Amino acid sequence: MTTATQSAEITTTVKRRSPLAETWDNLRRSWAGMLGLTLIVVHILIAATSPYWVPQDPYQMSADNRNELPSAEHIFGTDKLGRDVFSRSMLGGRVTLVVTLIAIAIAILWGGLLGILLGLLNGRADELIMRLVDAMLSIPWLLLLLIIISVMGTEMWVQTLTFGFTYGILTIRVARAATLDFVTSEFVLSARARGERKRTIVMKELLPNVRDVLLVDGSMNWSWMLLGFTSLSFLGFGVAPPTPDWGFMIAKNREIMAIQPWSVFGPVIMLSTLIIGINLFSDAFAKALGLDRSQGAPV
Amino acid sequence: MSTLIGRRLILAVVTLFIVSLIVFMGVEALPGDTATAYLGQSATPESLASLREEFGLNAPVHQRYLDWLGGVVKGDLGESMSKRKPVADLIGNRFRNTLVLATAAALIGIPLAIVLGVIAGLTRDKWPDVFVSTTSIMGMTLPGFVTATILIYFFAIRLEWFPAITLVPSDVPVLELLPNIVLPIITLTLIMVAHILRLVRTNMIDVLTSDYIQMAKLKGVPYWSMVFKHALPNAMLPTINVVALTLAWLLGGVAIIETVFNYPGIGQLMITGITDRDFALVQGIAIILAVIYIALNLIADVLSMILNPKLRTARGH
Repeated sequence: MTTATQSAEITTTVKRRSPLAETWDNLRRSWAGMLGLTLIVVHILIAATSPYWVPQDPYQMSADNRNELPSAEHIFGTDKLGRDVFSRSMLGGRVTLVVTLIAIAIAILWGGLLGILLGLLNGRADELIMRLVDAMLSIPWLLLLLIIISVMGTEMWVQTLTFGFTYGILTIRVARAATLDFVTSEFVLSARARGERKRTIVMKELLPNVRDVLLVDGSMNWSWMLLGFTSLSFLGFGVAPPTPDWGFMIAKNREIMAIQPWSVFGPVIMLSTLIIGINLFSDAFAKALGLDRSQGAPV
Repeated sequence: MSTLIGRRLILAVVTLFIVSLIVFMGVEALPGDTATAYLGQSATPESLASLREEFGLNAPVHQRYLDWLGGVVKGDLGESMSKRKPVADLIGNRFRNTLVLATAAALIGIPLAIVLGVIAGLTRDKWPDVFVSTTSIMGMTLPGFVTATILIYFFAIRLEWFPAITLVPSDVPVLELLPNIVLPIITLTLIMVAHILRLVRTNMIDVLTSDYIQMAKLKGVPYWSMVFKHALPNAMLPTINVVALTLAWLLGGVAIIETVFNYPGIGQLMITGITDRDFALVQGIAIILAVIYIALNLIADVLSMILNPKLRTARGH
């Protein structure tokens, strides 16, 4: 009796450490990972709360205060329409963050599930769809985004779907490759022998094993998506003015960079800290899960 | 092995065919057409109809696709409607300019990336590695326009070493491009080095922990001989594919850097083409870039097959 209880106790103490807690413990030990996480959280907080505390009206133009250098009133100075660059920099990531965060969830979901299914089927449909994926990836990524955005329009929800779809193509490959490692494993073979349905095998057997890979891929993909989104915005195919947006602010304020460099530095600092934060976090996150950050070039 | 290479070639042609279909249909789906974009405010129903007639825009889509594809195969990319010139003429010099940019960046970037990657791999988790790895993350993931803008501020505006934007026409001799090209090359090189060195580092670490390197160490092979003769060649093999992918990716995104520097290259032309709804121009540039992408990947795959005995019999999936 006593031994049985003891061994039961031991199993519970071992079991109590969930994989999530273990990942968190590993992550906490990496200063780079924690710095990255902090940067991301701060950015999300700024995006969520900035409309309530920015010091100046971000849309207020002023003919008397154009191209002003930083001062107590205007922390990053003003742009050539006399608008406060600091306030606009704080607000400039709102659309970007909302669009990319939802889009990345869409990308992981559809790309991940399709990739797992293709890895499991590994037949004619797999061959056909992978050819399509290869073809999509052979089109210059910027051109692909420009065409889709030009066709679909720049409304926020359309952009979200566009980015979710386009970047999900990358996830298909990753999920399929990860699945191929498991399709010949005993647990999948026995599930097949039991006559489980494909959906059950995908959801119950494969997804839990591929999940870590998908999460790491998603966090990396997020930074590629930001790169794509802000690049389009820089080229004028993004958020419609006068809504403040980092990419477009950098593009426009470049014209006055020689006299008012802070009009460019403001949005550059904001965008860079977010992207660096995501990457520091992704790296540490991958290591905490015991995965090496995969090296494939984006899009 | 030749059948394997043959298979790979057929695959490349199939991919290219699918790309041509996607590109053609995608561009066709753009709202408005060249006729409306070309005539703008002055468009009357009659002038639009005659222009569409002149450029054969009234034919059914599949007919136009086949005509276009037939032309592309023969090297005829069609005629640009907004510029009223053959697309090939418009692309000519600008393509050369982009190639100059990409080649220079590759010639500087690839060796630099290998050296830095090997150093990082050899000093894993010590300060040279931490420094190189951390900077490479920034070089890799900061958008090209951010890197370029920072470089312009310091080297063009503050130090005045190089011009901030290119003001020469697209058809000047290569040598005259020189001062204009330095900052774009540095931008491209930074991005490229970051991508490649990360992979070289990973491969180097993988190889250094392998059994045969342990064996070489136990045998008393001198350190540098172990690094250069045993480790490096094996670490280099997977790098070939990444170099190809990175080059292709750079060509795909080079439009932004060309726009920042006002550099007369093919990418800048592509963006103008989209704004002007110049279908033939965009389709032509897209197909050229896709051909380069597929060719680079093909070359990399074949090279790896030749250099790596293991891949000669392995079946591609």
